Amino acid sequence: MAQTVLHKAATRGYADHGWLKSHHTFSFANYYNPERIHFGALRVLNDDSVDGGMGFGQHPHDNMEIISIPLEGDLEHRDSMNNVAVIKNGDIQVMSAGTGIYHSEYNKDSNKAVKFLQIWVFPNKRNVKPRYDQLTLQTEDRHNKLQQVLSPNPDDAGVWIHQDAWFNLGKFDKGISTNYQIHKPGNGVYVFVLKGDLKINDQLLNTRDGYGIWDTDTFSITAETDAEFLLMEVPMEI
Amino acid sequence: MEKTEILVICRHPEILATIVRLINNKPEWNATGCETDEQAINAFKNISCKLVLIGAGVTPSSELHLCQAFTAHNPQVKIVQHYGGGSGLLFAEIYGALGIN
Repeated sequence: MAQTVLHKAATRGYADHGWLKSHHTFSFANYYNPERIHFGALRVLNDDSVDGGMGFGQHPHDNMEIISIPLEGDLEHRDSMNNVAVIKNGDIQVMSAGTGIYHSEYNKDSNKAVKFLQIWVFPNKRNVKPRYDQLTLQTEDRHNKLQQVLSPNPDDAGVWIHQDAWFNLGKFDKGISTNYQIHKPGNGVYVFVLKGDLKINDQLLNTRDGYGIWDTDTFSITAETDAEFLLMEVPMEI
Repeated sequence: MEKTEILVICRHPEILATIVRLINNKPEWNATGCETDEQAINAFKNISCKLVLIGAGVTPSSELHLCQAFTAHNPQVKIVQHYGGGSGLLFAEIYGALGIN
């Protein structure tokens, strides 16, 4: 029988740094909740809003697969591998921090906030060579169907990471339903609702709710209203 | 107040310095940072270390060697792999390892 965990949006951790407002699904920085450390290999799900012209100055990372998904506005990326890029809504960015990387992320717009998801997944191998990639997705490819945006395979759709993880985005009209099949035994899926109301099997979720489901091969997804969501399939054992 | 001693081993000098600085910002903790196995083993013998963080660039064989050396000297020491290289996960890793809720 499937096991599940529900994280209502209002129960997430919250940090207000003035220029940065962040909701933390899992323990992060000064938010610590021993009941919310990770969902399998999914360690960080931050729902960030950065004021115009502000951002994260240069800072290091190691041994983590870091995925950013912009929701509104433009984010300017610079890193120690000499990558300079701007990502916007519809793009996905991935960094394998591996042995060590420095990067900065700034709001490209001086007036308007940039909103994005910052997602960290434990790698399946430590100390890999650092790498950066980004991809522009075709947003119409998620209308009333699941769009794979991340996998473990460089030749598959979307970006890839060092982990047996698959991410899908969906933008469903009210009443649309589908089934999700788990790719790999032992994996679970963390569902994050970006907008609208969604049912996973019989569990109703609202905007910004999170729901983990595991010990199952499949589950149903039904849009109770027009809804946008992200599915993150990750190994449950790390 | 007696500080909790934490040893950090990381091959990346800037990341090591960052982790040590972040830990030392907490008044109840004191971090010692080492880049090499030899430095780490020597430092471990000179401090009453409760927790070791294994950071970036430490190979599995080095990690095994270090764990054997540390536990031979102090079987109670907690040894955990550090992920992320900054403030994001650091405090949760330390709280979890030290059993702090």
